[in-house]
Amino acid sequence: MSKLRWAPLLLLLLPPFYLDAFWLHAGLFAMAAAIGAIGLNLLTGSTGQLSMGHSFFLAVGAYGYVYFAGESDGHVAGLGLPTPLAAVLAVVLAGLAGLAFSPISGRLSGVYLGIASLGLIFVGQHVLFNFEKVTGGYNGRSVEPMRLLGLPFDGSTDLVVLGVPFGAEERLWFLGLVLLGLAAWFANGVLRGRPGRAMNLVRDQQIAAGVLGVPVARVRGAVFTLSSMYAGLAGVLLALAFQRAVPDYFGVMLAFEYLAMIVIGGLGSVNGAIIGAAFVTLLPQLLTRYADALPMVAAVGGEGVAPSDAARYLYGGAVVLIVLFLPAGLSGLRVPFLTPRKETTP
Amino acid sequence: MTRLLELLINGLSLGAVYALIALGFVVIFKATEVVNFAHASLLLLGGYVTAVLHDDFGFVGALATGIVVAAAVGALVEFVLLRRAKARRDVIAIATIGIDIVLTAELSRRLGTSVLALGDPWGDKVVQFGGITIAQTRVAALVVAAVLIALFLTAFKYTPWGISMRAVAEDSETAALMGIRLGRISMSAWCVAGALAAVAAVFIAAFPTPGLDRTTSLVALKAFPAAILGGLDSMTGALVGGLLIGLTESLVGGYQNDLTFLGRGLGDVAPYAVMIAILLIRPSGLFGTREVSRV
Repeated sequence: MSKLRWAPLLLLLLPPFYLDAFWLHAGLFAMAAAIGAIGLNLLTGSTGQLSMGHSFFLAVGAYGYVYFAGESDGHVAGLGLPTPLAAVLAVVLAGLAGLAFSPISGRLSGVYLGIASLGLIFVGQHVLFNFEKVTGGYNGRSVEPMRLLGLPFDGSTDLVVLGVPFGAEERLWFLGLVLLGLAAWFANGVLRGRPGRAMNLVRDQQIAAGVLGVPVARVRGAVFTLSSMYAGLAGVLLALAFQRAVPDYFGVMLAFEYLAMIVIGGLGSVNGAIIGAAFVTLLPQLLTRYADALPMVAAVGGEGVAPSDAARYLYGGAVVLIVLFLPAGLSGLRVPFLTPRKETTP
Repeated sequence: MTRLLELLINGLSLGAVYALIALGFVVIFKATEVVNFAHASLLLLGGYVTAVLHDDFGFVGALATGIVVAAAVGALVEFVLLRRAKARRDVIAIATIGIDIVLTAELSRRLGTSVLALGDPWGDKVVQFGGITIAQTRVAALVVAAVLIALFLTAFKYTPWGISMRAVAEDSETAALMGIRLGRISMSAWCVAGALAAVAAVFIAAFPTPGLDRTTSLVALKAFPAAILGGLDSMTGALVGGLLIGLTESLVGGYQNDLTFLGRGLGDVAPYAVMIAILLIRPSGLFGTREVSRV
């Protein structure tokens, strides 16, 4: 039984063969957001450190990749490195940015850090808009497609698998799945081992943690760094999916969305982060797609509530309802007969 | 020299407005230990109500309605969310983000791309003395904020309400045992905060700003660094923090032509940079209670 537990996940390999590009694109966003949300959940859910600066680190990852992989031309600079190397360097860069913030992230607790990291977004936005050589300024810059082992992740070469033509979305889908799988596996490992216990203790009983020999400030700083590396990876994937990185996207609203994701999915749980990310990113897409069939929701430019606004009402409201009635989030929902009871460990 | 004086006065007045917002923020934190991330949207709500009604009710009537609405919504948040949620305090703080998302989405949808005038009596008139030109709204902001802050601090110090609120902030369990109703205290804190935010909205959207639009709530966010660099649980901190942020923004904005190597629009970012710098040196703000447990 337990060996077959992961079998349903194999279904995730099927969508590229059946769904059209719109859904694959939406799915890619959800996967990128899920990676970022897992990172934020390690920090906010498991260590109790609120961060509003997550979108800043997403931006560092996205622009790091664009800069390392892109070619220089008249407007923008780039190093033109091989793309996989650029992706790794972008994640490292996001991690370094997180590490540079650790004098603050290590010493401030909870909500204090939340507001302090709000500063990161605004300072970050300022840098993004003014550092035009790297970011392309207000209009952003295009993203070099990933090229792994000679296979480019865009539609430039023909590739047909089982009679289905594989364009950019289909290829990126599998890249996203692999990255998300690795990210979730690593986070689970962190949470189940000693670091996870230390993080939970720092969240629940700071003094007890210190007495037991957990270096509280170091744990906080380290988790902040790890979570910014997750954000960096999510940023790279987002850039690849968007194919264009625009500074405006990485604002306060995005940081709020990530916090909404982890609360909706369930604080401190990897699965919760993935569920929440899927909920928050797919909702606007679903509403846009089916705007005609829904009451109250209008198609773009029509009378009524725009789909993106409707989505905001729904997930904003969902955050409040879940805090009130479902403290473990959606991942804490148990359908009788379908979900086996968790074995309790002594 | 006159330019410096003008910038200083403008900065003080802006800072007084930030202090008003930060004060509400700190009151909520003291009474309930929850950081209210929906504060900026409460402000936008108060401003929106004032802007929409000022044609029918006149400025004063519209402002009064705006204050009442913002206070009522604050009380509603307290009643629905804070009283019932059993979650950790920082999780409730994230829940207020949910409220902020909904309120901001609704208000920006209503505002669209329009810029609303608030119908304040000062308009774009200016006062001049000794070669210094100051907009009347800035003077009004300074006066109104000073009066409100003085009123509030007096009430906080001398009225039964203020004393019970301080007792709750000190030790809520003992306060409850002494017969203080925690629910009422926390609801009144939210009302006061909403009301102060609504007043501040007028001065944030008034001349020289073109009016109330969807970015007004972003401006209001600057009260967060004001509150935290003063120390989240300190009223004095909120005042000093507000003034510091206001002065920084005004001075950096005024002299940004000399600072172009740091990029355009520096005035909007400088407050956050100052906050980060201060938090590096004093992690619990200038006047905040230092954490006693060093681990």
